[in-house]
Amino acid sequence: MRLKVNGVEEELAVTTVSELLAYRGVDPVARFVAVAVNGSVVRRFEWPSKPLGPGDDVEIVRPFSGG
Amino acid sequence: MTDPLTIAGASLSSRLIVGTARYPNQQVMLDCLEASGAELVTASIRRISLEGYAESLVDVLGGRYRLLPNTAGCVTARDAILTAELAREALETNWVKLELIGDRELLYPDVEQLVHAADELVRKGFTVLPYCNEDPVTCQKLADVGCAAVMPLGSLIGSGMGIANPTAIELICSRSPVPVVLDAGIGTASDAAFAMELGCDAVMVDTAIAQSRDPRRMAAAMRAAVEAGRLARLAGRIPKRRFAEPSSPQLGLVGS
Repeated sequence: MRLKVNGVEEELAVTTVSELLAYRGVDPVARFVAVAVNGSVVRRFEWPSKPLGPGDDVEIVRPFSGG
Repeated sequence: MTDPLTIAGASLSSRLIVGTARYPNQQVMLDCLEASGAELVTASIRRISLEGYAESLVDVLGGRYRLLPNTAGCVTARDAILTAELAREALETNWVKLELIGDRELLYPDVEQLVHAADELVRKGFTVLPYCNEDPVTCQKLADVGCAAVMPLGSLIGSGMGIANPTAIELICSRSPVPVVLDAGIGTASDAAFAMELGCDAVMVDTAIAQSRDPRRMAAAMRAAVEAGRLARLAGRIPKRRFAEPSSPQLGLVGS
């Protein structure tokens, strides 16, 4: 299905947030990572159960240097 | 003499808040944070990239600092609120330095959206420190909606132009019910000392340290300047006069 991940549309065979993170090489127990789907934060404990559907807009972020 | 800064019930030993961006390299950044004596340091929240940086900023900082995530670059209240919520999830802090930019060239705050977003974030349980105009009315509105501090700009972000409107900063400090943190525009140590002398409770510095010729020295200079400015403020400056007033005794002058 087509998903928008960090602003880029792609065709992906993943069904949950956890699967998407694994596919993107993000360690599922890595701290300091946060995810939002369609403008709402998905809490860490919801990653394995949160289903992704066609057209979903996913943001995967982490802290970076800043002023 | 301890003189802690209290924001939202949290006591901070340093009145200097330091950014983590624009340093020549990571080691210089770590040395500067150490030399600055800062306890609170800022971070941004950005999309994970595939190229990736193996080590996260938080790992590098090693739990020695309290992190203040920002919403830098956000131009809509919606994006700023989502960024704050992502920061809360990623960093397990409800503190946020709220930035809502109205002009990408000037990085000047969009006051209308800023007050709206601050109000909503306070309602969601955030401790909000908004980067704002050096405008007493805006600062009052931000305090009224429940912001924990206000962060008026000295001059444009990264400009190093110092405090363009000291009268306004002094006015804000004299009227604000919440701590005032001078943010943006600091160019060198005297600007930071000046901010504290005007009555600011703290100063936020990033570029002035990170982009100086010797960032480690500048970090130490900023620390000393903030401490000096604070002491001078507490001590109370003498009034300015139009004419000279001799400091040596007038009586017993030789030849009189």
